[in-house]
Amino acid sequence: MIGLGHYLSVAAILFAIGMAGIIVNRKNVIIILMSIELMLLAVNINLVAFSQFLGDLVGQVFAFMVLTVAAAEAAIGLAILVAFFRNRGDIAVEDANLMKN
Amino acid sequence: MTLAAFAFWVFALSAVASGLMVIASRNPVHSVLFLILAFISAAGLFVLMGAEYLAMLLVVVYVGAVAVLFLFVVMMLDVDFVEMKQGFLQYLPIGVAIAGLVVVELILAFAAWKMPSDAAFAAGHPTATAGSALAAPGAPTNIEGLGLVLYTDYVHYFQIAGVILLVAMIGAIVLTFRVREGLKKQDPAAQVARKREASVELKKVRTGQGI
Repeated sequence: MIGLGHYLSVAAILFAIGMAGIIVNRKNVIIILMSIELMLLAVNINLVAFSQFLGDLVGQVFAFMVLTVAAAEAAIGLAILVAFFRNRGDIAVEDANLMKN
Repeated sequence: MTLAAFAFWVFALSAVASGLMVIASRNPVHSVLFLILAFISAAGLFVLMGAEYLAMLLVVVYVGAVAVLFLFVVMMLDVDFVEMKQGFLQYLPIGVAIAGLVVVELILAFAAWKMPSDAAFAAGHPTATAGSALAAPGAPTNIEGLGLVLYTDYVHYFQIAGVILLVAMIGAIVLTFRVREGLKKQDPAAQVARKREASVELKKVRTGQGI
């Protein structure tokens, strides 16, 4: 029988994969953005799992909001990426230090 | 093993495997395609949990819009992606260590957590239909139930979500918009402000002489 724990484990593993992706691919902004999407997906799986197993639809409403924010984040992130590429001709993360220097 | 359990294992394994491939694959186009597979697997998990509406939303919004956006950007940027893969092996041990730590922590947290009994839970949550009543006969379908709460109790959140999307749209347009030089286009203000004197001139023409 598949219970709450199974779904939560899948979500935890996906979240950890997203986290590892950020650490491992720290040069490539696109992969970092995709890793963030994976982490948000894991959060959504958690919300829906709790919503279903506690019998409360509010979790799914909240997952809906997370989905909205994730879509907005992807759009803005990619737009920043395109603008950055136009200005610098590269998307390496370590080049993004104009504010630091 | 029932069919539902079998489907769970298929979707869960494909979600985890494609998640791993997203961060491990050498070519970012492959990463995006594996991200799509991860989202479809997660949509399958959502269907198994009975959240059909969110599953379809995930497929439409993510696979249809966000992943295509990622593909556009990956293919549009002329970047040497192989060179960007350099630090991969260097950071792999710490990445695996932190990821493993997070998984262990989350699973320990869940193991220490006790699911509230239906009565105690319902006492604290007036909107909850205790236990697995969502699946009971006569209960509203998933999309019906979501509509019943989304447009009543949570209508403000719904409106804020719309505003967030509007802001994101305007932000993306402003960030990527650029004025190109030498582009021929209409200037409505100049057209409207044009006076008769600037365009028409009356001349007296004498017979037989021309202008």
